Amino acid sequence: MATNPGAAAIEVASLVKRYATFTALDEISLRVEPGEFFGLLGPNGAGKTTLISIVAGLVRATSGRALVMGHDVERDFRAARAALGVVPQELVFDPFFTVREILRLQSGYYGLRDNDAWIDEVLQGLGLSDKANTNMRALSGGMKRRVLIAQALVHRPPVIILDEPTAGVDVELRQTLWQFIRSLNQQGHTIVLTTHYLEEAQTLCGRIALLRGGRVIALEATSSLLQRFAGGRLQLRLDGSLPPELEALRVNPASSAELITLRVDDYAEVESMLAAIRVWGSRILEIELMQPDLEDVFLRLVAQEAKP
Amino acid sequence: MTLLRTIWSVGLQTLFTKELLRFWKVAVQTVLAPMLTAVLYLLVFSHVLEGRLDIFPGVGYTAFLIPGLIMMSVLQNAFANSSSSLIQSKITGNLVFILLTPLAHWEFFAAYVAASMVRGLVVGLGLLLTTLWFADLQYAAPGWIVVFAVLGSAILGTIGLIAGLWAEKFDQIAAFQNFIVMPATFLSGVFYSVQTLPPFWRTVSHLNPFFYMVDGFRHGFFGVSDVPLELSLGVCLVTLAVSVAIALRLLASGYRLRY
Repeated sequence: MATNPGAAAIEVASLVKRYATFTALDEISLRVEPGEFFGLLGPNGAGKTTLISIVAGLVRATSGRALVMGHDVERDFRAARAALGVVPQELVFDPFFTVREILRLQSGYYGLRDNDAWIDEVLQGLGLSDKANTNMRALSGGMKRRVLIAQALVHRPPVIILDEPTAGVDVELRQTLWQFIRSLNQQGHTIVLTTHYLEEAQTLCGRIALLRGGRVIALEATSSLLQRFAGGRLQLRLDGSLPPELEALRVNPASSAELITLRVDDYAEVESMLAAIRVWGSRILEIELMQPDLEDVFLRLVAQEAKP
Repeated sequence: MTLLRTIWSVGLQTLFTKELLRFWKVAVQTVLAPMLTAVLYLLVFSHVLEGRLDIFPGVGYTAFLIPGLIMMSVLQNAFANSSSSLIQSKITGNLVFILLTPLAHWEFFAAYVAASMVRGLVVGLGLLLTTLWFADLQYAAPGWIVVFAVLGSAILGTIGLIAGLWAEKFDQIAAFQNFIVMPATFLSGVFYSVQTLPPFWRTVSHLNPFFYMVDGFRHGFFGVSDVPLELSLGVCLVTLAVSVAIALRLLASGYRLRY
């Protein structure tokens, strides 16, 4: 497949999608570079699945354009779709076929005959080798999820989109899946991930776009997003009460007197917070400074955007 | 050769094969059951009416009925294949695996309709072989038998595809089948010659494209028909062209597939 040199793995420009009076995507522009592990996060209804669906050719944009490896998803749809593997969010399957039949058919749709060597490799990587001749109906939910991933990989696409791939998956399988996806990324595949498990995105994604109300509200490296938006948390156990001037920083409810969690916007403030407690006459029994996480960033950004 | 390879691509061949396997894996339901239904019609109607009706000179009622029943089965099964496959895939959501691929809309069309034609023709051929025991059929013009069977199955496979695209629920497909396809086939002269109808109903029958499919098909067996063969052929070709144009237009626009 011809790939345009210097082309982004995925590029969307001024993408708009309207359904009657509802705007699902509002002038979204972003670029995912080849080889990236990219996270697409946002609350329900933010427009993540609509954006993915437009890139995959399942939904047509009202205006703007989307490209995969430099190929327009509308005008040059064959090359764009051949470059893309999509793992859909819903656990869908064809009940008429076995796992191997499904993967052979999926290969054929992409013009590939005699793809069994790669199919075997994918089956092995996903722990499906012993299920190859099992009908899809007889598989557990977790196994079906693995087959969905295998289907997205049969044509060795350079770009792989995973839409909530670990929803409803147990911890062990989640780890196996991430190990496999991470190895694909190390082999050079571009991975785009949407997930509700923010710790997953934090661990895996090098860069993140946060969507809300059909708009991109943040787009930067995960590390700088964490630094820029998230302060830490100071967790304390006191033998007295909290000074009134610190109550505004309290994250957990006032009733949970045992363990107090305070928001720290700037680490330089910690010194003055501890001094205020000493002056107030309370003694510190335990103290822990907690690192920022993506959940804080997410909640703060979403809260900021929600303000009029 | 290159053009043929481009058109008959691996993708199209695969989707066609998948559609064939889909009905073949449940052949008892998709092939044997409709054959049994048609044989039951034959047994009942031929038992009641044999010797009482003389429609074409020298042709017994059972022999007259068999081509009609075969064509009815071809049409109904071609329709059922594309419509049920598409609505099932839409409702279960597994159609996404085809929509994500580089297949063009015309390849999607060709694979679904070709597989529907195969199912219709397999049921028709099976029925023809089964009914050899019931009457001595003539084969006055075998070429026309093939032409009208192919045309009829292509038309109904295409209409089934349109119905499958339009429908969003199983009962919408059932309504299409029960209120349009079934009455149109029953009133197409399968069980009788439209020449025996009162003038008003004869005129109404002539507005039904299914009548021309059955009449042209029957001409292939007996060399006689209710209307000239050229007229039947013309109506079938126009019906095919119109239905293909509608189906391709809907697929190209992503109607109820790509929102």
